[in-house]
Amino acid sequence: MARAERRISTGQAINEALHIAMQSDPDVILLGEDVAGGGRREGEDVDEMGGVLGTTRGLVKAFGPERVRDTPISEIALVGAAVGAALTGLRPVAELMFIDFIGVCLDPLLNQAAKLRYMFGGKARVPLTVRTLTGAGMQAAAQHSQSLYWMTAGIPGLKTVIPSGPRDAKGLLLAAIRDDDPVIFCEPKGILNLVEDVPEGDYEVPIGKASVAREGTDVSLVGMGATVRLALAAADALAKQGVSAEVLDLRSLAPLDEEAILATLAKTGSLVVIDESTPRCGIASDVAALCVDRGFDSLNAPVKRVTAPHAPVPFSKRLEDAYLPSVPRVLEAVRELGIG
Amino acid sequence: MQLERTTLLDAYRRMRRIRVFEEKLNELVTAGKLGGFLHLYVGEEAVAVGVCLQLGDGDFVASTHRGHGHCIAKGVDLGGMMAELYGRATGLCKGKGGSMHIADMHKGMLGANGIVGAGIPLATGAALTAKLKKTGGVSVAFFGDGASNQGQFHESLNLAAIWQLPALYVVENNGFGEFTPTDFVVPVKDIATRAASYAMRSEIADGMDFFDVFEKAGKAIEHARSGSGPVLLECKTYRFKGHYVGDSLRYRSKEEAERWIQTRDPIARFESRVREARLLEADDLRRVDREVDEEIAAAVAAAEAAPFPDVSEVTTDVYVGEA
Repeated sequence: MARAERRISTGQAINEALHIAMQSDPDVILLGEDVAGGGRREGEDVDEMGGVLGTTRGLVKAFGPERVRDTPISEIALVGAAVGAALTGLRPVAELMFIDFIGVCLDPLLNQAAKLRYMFGGKARVPLTVRTLTGAGMQAAAQHSQSLYWMTAGIPGLKTVIPSGPRDAKGLLLAAIRDDDPVIFCEPKGILNLVEDVPEGDYEVPIGKASVAREGTDVSLVGMGATVRLALAAADALAKQGVSAEVLDLRSLAPLDEEAILATLAKTGSLVVIDESTPRCGIASDVAALCVDRGFDSLNAPVKRVTAPHAPVPFSKRLEDAYLPSVPRVLEAVRELGIG
Repeated sequence: MQLERTTLLDAYRRMRRIRVFEEKLNELVTAGKLGGFLHLYVGEEAVAVGVCLQLGDGDFVASTHRGHGHCIAKGVDLGGMMAELYGRATGLCKGKGGSMHIADMHKGMLGANGIVGAGIPLATGAALTAKLKKTGGVSVAFFGDGASNQGQFHESLNLAAIWQLPALYVVENNGFGEFTPTDFVVPVKDIATRAASYAMRSEIADGMDFFDVFEKAGKAIEHARSGSGPVLLECKTYRFKGHYVGDSLRYRSKEEAERWIQTRDPIARFESRVREARLLEADDLRRVDREVDEEIAAAVAAAEAAPFPDVSEVTTDVYVGEA
């Protein structure tokens, strides 16, 4: 039976997933900077803030300040303690406000959460979720706009997921929290206010599975997070030119759904991957390498990567717009393939 | 403080196990039989044993690169440890961790750690688990004087203090961070005073005296366990063997080391104290010595006879679901 659906934003979908996860498992706790009331004590109006964008609003009222914990601005303590708590029986959801801040708390993720299970010969598990904002487009400049998921996706032992809208955000977050491995859950800023039909109640979107966001036959556009929206807009424009584009939403960057990428390539014979991160050592390069390595026989044209340039994210609106992948740049890449 | 005879024998046995285990490793590495980086705990036995003797399996310990002593004191199996150091399939971590990552979750041993200071937030998180799950457990982070300069130390103490976590932070001040003397890189005379920044209770113990560590750690553990908040316990100690096996020790004088070894050896001091007070007899101690020697010889023999892990193990245990 189909679930009832209603239109809510990605931010609301994430909030709903957190409510469901905390309701269904008493070991789930939240910790982060201002995730509760912005430091208000129990009995005071603890419900006001719910994080810098209000994503966790209402949770402290529902579950209390023991389980929804405001932390100091002290990322290594909050992420490190979350790893230690996960290792010993809790199922923490830590909020790293912006993924750019990973530089001050990388060790607990890189050398602890990711490796403890392996180093201990499989005799430990670290069911940790780190929610973190990613991406540019809000004029937040070089230290609050990066898409550093390539970094976490490259670390064995971590999983990294990135939804492209509210429906997947809710299901992926529930799957991430219930996963027994550490998962980095990216929240692209550009989709937080995006509204879509979202099922009510409890459901999961499996980690490691891409989804075909639009069927097509002439060219594959592969995106992740906000660039899925870009790919869909480009596909609309291509349709007007008589080109049928398929859009693949990766959803999970580690593990990467290699079979889904190879399947869409086999179907269309040409592929453009769109990633708002920088070009070196990234997801777009991984996808391109995969196509050449395992999909060579399917290729009718080179694989095109549409990414940000090898530069920090600029502040000025005019520069930031030029920095980010755009529909015209996707269309240009498709034209370079000799299609459209 | 009056300790039961069984407690004293247990303390002596654990300290002897650490000493003989580490001396054996020194021998094996020097003979080229063991690989990897090894940091020995010789000289610091009273610290690990003085603290861990008062912990149960439900209490957590996060350790350091110099972690064998904490493991042994916490009751981790010697055979499993030795096999791990030999990189065998029967090792505690199936040969995947080695010296710097020995762990035993069943014993509450959250692992040695190759990153200086990294065990401190892990122990802090484990203390949060104990508090929220109301297990009555405490969580202990062992770390060195060097780690007390890391941000992880300061951020974790701050967090533990504001949340009043059942945590004990044991700084083993052995006078050197790698090759650099502590007073060259730490501006305060006593690291314990750093607790004042976090309104945290602190204590200083003679880390070469089992009885002093036992007494002060006992009070600190009781304080943390009762919900009164975390404690920073500084134990002044000394590394008899240097930073790692193969350390040339050119940065410290032979006289200084000899003075510590000859006059402050925690095991020798323990023995004179219990014998002078007629708490234990020489026969009791020599019997433990023989048993420990046999135990370690058996651990070495078993490890050498054990199989190496299958190469298919390279890619297992990365994920729970093996994605």
